Amino acid sequence: MQIELKNIHKHYGPVRANDGVSLTIRPGTIHGVLGENGAGKSTLMKILTGFTRKTSGTTLIDGHALDIDSPAMAAQYKIGMLHQEPHDFPALSALDNFMIGRVSGISSHRKSHRSELISISTQLGFTLDPDAQVDRLTVGERQQLEIMRLLALNIRVLILDEPTTGISRTQKEILFASLKQLASDGKSVLLVSHKLEDVMALCDEVTVMRQGKVSGRMTAPFDVNQLLQMMFGTLPSPPVHQPAIPGKPILALKDITAPGGRAGLNNCNITIREGEIVGLAGLEGSGQGVFLRVAAGLTNPTRGQITFHDEPLNGSGYHDFKKRGGAFIPASRIEEGLIPGLTISEHFSLNEKQDRFFMTGKTALNQALKSISRFNIKGRPGMDAAALSGGNQQRLLLSLLPASPTVLLLENPTRGLDLGSGHWVWRHLQAQAASGSAIVFSSSELDEIMMVADRTIVFYNGAVVMDTPTHQADADTLGRAVAGGAVPQ
Amino acid sequence: MFEIDTSIMLAGVIAGAAPVLLATLGETITERAGIINLSLDGTILLSAMTAFVVAYNTHSLVLGFSAAALVGGLIGLIVAFFSVYLGQSQVAVGFVLTLMTRDLAYFLGSPYARLHGPQALPFSIPILKDIPFIGSIFFSHSLPVYLSLAGIFICWWYLFRTPMGLNLRSVGENPAAAYARGINPGLHQLLYALCGGLLVGLAGATFSLAVKPGWGRPQGAEGTGWIALALVIFGGWHPVRAAFGAYLFAFLQIIGIYLQGWLPSVPTQVFQVAPFPLMIFTLLIISYAQKASDKIVPGGETLTRPAGHHGHRWLQRLLGLLTGDAPAALGQPFRPE
Repeated sequence: MQIELKNIHKHYGPVRANDGVSLTIRPGTIHGVLGENGAGKSTLMKILTGFTRKTSGTTLIDGHALDIDSPAMAAQYKIGMLHQEPHDFPALSALDNFMIGRVSGISSHRKSHRSELISISTQLGFTLDPDAQVDRLTVGERQQLEIMRLLALNIRVLILDEPTTGISRTQKEILFASLKQLASDGKSVLLVSHKLEDVMALCDEVTVMRQGKVSGRMTAPFDVNQLLQMMFGTLPSPPVHQPAIPGKPILALKDITAPGGRAGLNNCNITIREGEIVGLAGLEGSGQGVFLRVAAGLTNPTRGQITFHDEPLNGSGYHDFKKRGGAFIPASRIEEGLIPGLTISEHFSLNEKQDRFFMTGKTALNQALKSISRFNIKGRPGMDAAALSGGNQQRLLLSLLPASPTVLLLENPTRGLDLGSGHWVWRHLQAQAASGSAIVFSSSELDEIMMVADRTIVFYNGAVVMDTPTHQADADTLGRAVAGGAVPQ
Repeated sequence: MFEIDTSIMLAGVIAGAAPVLLATLGETITERAGIINLSLDGTILLSAMTAFVVAYNTHSLVLGFSAAALVGGLIGLIVAFFSVYLGQSQVAVGFVLTLMTRDLAYFLGSPYARLHGPQALPFSIPILKDIPFIGSIFFSHSLPVYLSLAGIFICWWYLFRTPMGLNLRSVGENPAAAYARGINPGLHQLLYALCGGLLVGLAGATFSLAVKPGWGRPQGAEGTGWIALALVIFGGWHPVRAAFGAYLFAFLQIIGIYLQGWLPSVPTQVFQVAPFPLMIFTLLIISYAQKASDKIVPGGETLTRPAGHHGHRWLQRLLGLLTGDAPAALGQPFRPE
């Protein structure tokens, strides 16, 4: 089945999310749509799958003009989409998730659906328990489930929106292998991504988007520099890594056991020193998130000792951690980090010492304006924080931190950010580390950890399985440790 | 004097719980689809009044019950419509409707106060009624009581065993994802607010035509709606657990009546009010148990409790079974772009 998008426009008021985009997807190929955050890729996909109505333009399916106006209609034409945020039902079982939208009436035929799910999953090399509740699954497994559901619907065009965000290297390999298999079965696969490596590893053809327009097309083999040029116009320079000499210990966790995540945290011993950048690797929910929350005083450990500059810090909470110059930035920026509904300058007034009855609007406004220019935030002081893009939210969070924190804990600091924003974040953090702050961050991208971290700690199933200076480890050893193949210490 | 005929008392529990049970089942269905209908208390009064007035004038119980169900369904539909299509707050609309329907019931029903009207009489089910003990508890009631008993099973079966029930739950959990799969969330919410409302209306009719026959001010149904709303939460949005709560509440009320006879020195108000704080107390225990069971990690070992406390775990597990999470998108309607 051939899909042609011709001269698609989508305007939100004065903003042109799509400005005359044309795209042809041939059957049996993997087609990449590459571009920075905000380039208009997701909007285009939402138009193709009927979530959003286009302002103007034509969609041709096998040469016939069609106006797809609902996801149900897209499904009817065998177009299915895997969304960046899992569009599933966490409270229900995997089998229920597999069945919703495909069954109706009174009798459910659970048995036949169960065997169908199992047969598709063995075909693709996935291992998935049909009875597992979905919120117990990893992000990767939830994607696998969604792909299997789409396949069971007999779709012929599979669209994947940033599918490698938040899944491990192993899961990515499994995913890519299954996508190649689907393409060779004659299905069209459309991969939407801001990650060059994914597109280059998988795609036959690439369309690059920038600021709502198509900025270039290329077929395999790809030229990296040319693709980067199409994406950014000018190339962003990657942060240069200067290994630091770690100073005195600041934060020490001894024999820590704590609940949370899928595996909790078991018997964890980690000491963080001044000026070092520590990368926490591991599958999502392997204990790194719990570690960061325990260290920040947000989760109480059930056993073990936390010391901050040789003073015990057990159970005294996040406010105490903050008083000592620590800071924590969670992965979910809008849910845990910022307050949606408050403006940028209101965030700065919250950040000030609250010792007066009336809000001091002026100082906060000045502070906001200063930070907006210093941190290059694209927004105005009166703008709702929730209306900022992901990269700008991260900049705002960083600008709200104390000027020189002693310890900075970050959970997936560059998740969902494009290359340019990600590099900006790291140059900023490296400058802070150079002035003596300890930076501890978790990331699902091993490449990122290897690029910036002085020291890498690998978590598996709630335990630390590897703790090594980054320059002494290679991608293979780390990758194996992440997947559980390390010799326990 | 201190003896109780257990089977008579339990039969009383089954009958007395019927209205609150019907309302709880209805609200469970509505909330599972993501709509909170807070108008229950007023709706029950208005439908009780409607049932009595219609049955009194037409001498037809069937018409009385049907009219009450229609009133309940209509009010459920209004809540859902204001939320889904007009984007209004379900809580605000529900509260206003509670007050409005209550006053409307008293106003429209006043000419019919203290009249003697038709009444659904108990009848025994042949054969089944002869089962010792059980027979006299379950099988000599009026029709709405049988309906409430059957309703528990039907609701459970519909919600958890049919594709339509699966779609219903999917809308309450994540309407955006349901929409992506070709389900129309707004239409489902409208439909199940209507269905839930029909049951709430039947609850009202069960009061005025069976359990507390007649109409007056107060009717005796006041407060039931709020209890039903609490029972939905107490039951973890599960019809069987909610039914358990409804029977517990009815049991506490009946025990109060017995205690009144035994302890005449205690003011009667104490026994009338006691079931309410007792329910809150039970809710507290349940939510405590939920917190405790949350800490059980998939392996089955509790991380937070050191060894030696194992003796309590079965209790924790048992209480854990009684709890459930609210539908994730409860009260948050979805509008496609």
